[in-house]
Amino acid sequence: MNIHEHQAKDLLRRYGVAVPDGQACFKVDEAVVAAERLGFPCVVKAQIHAGGRGKAGGVKLVRDAAAARAAAAELLGKTLVTHQTGPQGRVVRRLLVEQGCAIAREMYLGMVVDRQSGRVTAMASTEGGVEIEEVAARAPEKILREAIDPAVGFAAYQGRRLAFGLGLAKEQVGPAVGFMSALARCFVESDCSLAEINPLVVLQSQKLLALDAKIGFDDNALFRHPDLRELRDPSEEDPRESEAAKHDLSYIALEGNIGCMVNGAGLAMATMDTVKGAGGTPANFLDVGGGADAKKVAAAFRILLSDPAVQAIFINIFGGILRCDVLAEGVVQAAREVGLKVPLVVRMEGTNVEQGKKILADSKLDIITAADMLDGARKAVAAAAR
Amino acid sequence: MSVLVNRATRVLTQGITGATGQLHTRLCREYGTQMVAGVTPGRGGTDFEGIPIFDTVAQAVRASGADASVIYVPPAGAADAILEAADAGLPLVVCITEGVPVLDMVRVKRVLEGSSTRLIGPNCPGVITPGECKIGIMPGYIHTPGRVAVVSRSGTLTYEAVHQLTLLGIGQSTCIGIGGDPIIGTGFVDALRLFQDDAGTDAVILIGEIGGTAEEEAAAFVAEHMSKPVVAFIAGQTAPKGKRMGHAGAIIAGGKGTAAEKMEAFRRAGVALAPSPAELGATMQAVLKGRR
Repeated sequence: MNIHEHQAKDLLRRYGVAVPDGQACFKVDEAVVAAERLGFPCVVKAQIHAGGRGKAGGVKLVRDAAAARAAAAELLGKTLVTHQTGPQGRVVRRLLVEQGCAIAREMYLGMVVDRQSGRVTAMASTEGGVEIEEVAARAPEKILREAIDPAVGFAAYQGRRLAFGLGLAKEQVGPAVGFMSALARCFVESDCSLAEINPLVVLQSQKLLALDAKIGFDDNALFRHPDLRELRDPSEEDPRESEAAKHDLSYIALEGNIGCMVNGAGLAMATMDTVKGAGGTPANFLDVGGGADAKKVAAAFRILLSDPAVQAIFINIFGGILRCDVLAEGVVQAAREVGLKVPLVVRMEGTNVEQGKKILADSKLDIITAADMLDGARKAVAAAAR
Repeated sequence: MSVLVNRATRVLTQGITGATGQLHTRLCREYGTQMVAGVTPGRGGTDFEGIPIFDTVAQAVRASGADASVIYVPPAGAADAILEAADAGLPLVVCITEGVPVLDMVRVKRVLEGSSTRLIGPNCPGVITPGECKIGIMPGYIHTPGRVAVVSRSGTLTYEAVHQLTLLGIGQSTCIGIGGDPIIGTGFVDALRLFQDDAGTDAVILIGEIGGTAEEEAAAFVAEHMSKPVVAFIAGQTAPKGKRMGHAGAIIAGGKGTAAEKMEAFRRAGVALAPSPAELGATMQAVLKGRR
């Protein structure tokens, strides 16, 4: 789960990470009042779950109340297109109004869970304000790394190594170690999957400040953070993805016209690949999971049918824990309820496959059966083209 | 011959009184696995269909002589269950649980460093040596004893491969589902090393997916250390960037971890790539024929 910059900064502030004074605003008037309270110059920043906002015109430096009003009025409701939003962009529904500051230097500081070492790893770079992936591709030697031993936590010497590596003055090293330790504590205690301060700035006053902040949480750990769960912004999510999440289904909207319903993430991805290989384009990724019951299958089926772009549905199930008869019942139930308006191709294999096939046949629904995955994909592509 | 598990393996179930634990303990026993004990804290002294239940793993190991554990404990307690199994000295721990917090696994991985316990999973279907021992949730009947090993990050895609092999008359030595999470106990390289050293395995099917660099590391291992043929498939060739595809570990982050990169790494390592998941079995069949 991702959160907005202003929420990330509020969280960081609680851990003692220095962030600019600022306020989240949802209305133009609110933004003007906030700007006047914070003093000029200040910055009006569009809040969407995507990077590249500055370049896309989503961050405005304002020097008086009239400019603050104009900036807020322009940004609120605007569809911001950045290189991370895709061409459709994201509608700006909230702003962060923040105190301006005099910057001497920009750097990068980030923390991630590194899969190779199996540890939380801190990364720092002198290349601030640039995406770390870009630095990694262009000048990987400029990224300093420290893997954090979970038994010890972020050690002061690791902080010193990063601080000296960034070329910070010796007076700044102590504060920098404190800054990094606070970020590491926030990361671990909040079950983050990503925490990025980009840029981390040295002010002309020599103080360190998190000028921007991006935080993502491990969805699997949200059960122990009810307070963080509240930070979810549904308007940043695809409505079908949100609906799927409510039913504990894993769904991702895509651009194509063949709705896919599969059990297991790997098989679901492989099904998409097979559809593509057969000359079609998948409308979605949908994993109904291993422990699905008829109700969950029905919910999944309804989500597929609610997508107007879907012209055929391909159900590909290899029954393990999810039995084929349970799946068939769910499909029949949902098709009766919602009405089947597009061709349906079903490929079933595995546990109780004969009972499953019988349930589908007895339902008298217009179902195209497939012998295997490739056959199913081909039939779905042909049916969608009709 | 086989790896990790065989006829002699004695298995205990952690989380044996939950619905999933009960169902699969029963199915594994029906398959022929020696299910010798169960653990559910507070239920010690009772039994599940004749299988004695204990309060702690240490008690269960002492009383039953178990040398492997399978975990169906819910996500919040799964990491603790792994630690308890490792503390009891079990050489093999298979964690089926999906949804374990990743930082819990960071701590578990640290504890397991230098320990004699091998962890499979979490978020995996388990391990099976067909005809001998099934530990986990895979449908037993699709497997046939034989000499081709399967290792995969995906459960159902493993079933797909196994089913195709069985239909073609190609049996399996051992199939390992290593799990779809970003941090797992046993990786591709560990599994490949086991299969390379196993006299009962002639060839390996490896099923990877987008995210991370485990497949690239596997490809490098194959090029340097494997004399046995490997057939691979990478799921997620059409997956968009930056989206988690069901598995917590299946994400193309920062442009890295794409299927194309992984397939290229395998191609360079001389691994035969299955053109589609529907052709995993046929690709292996062709490779085996070419060797004869």
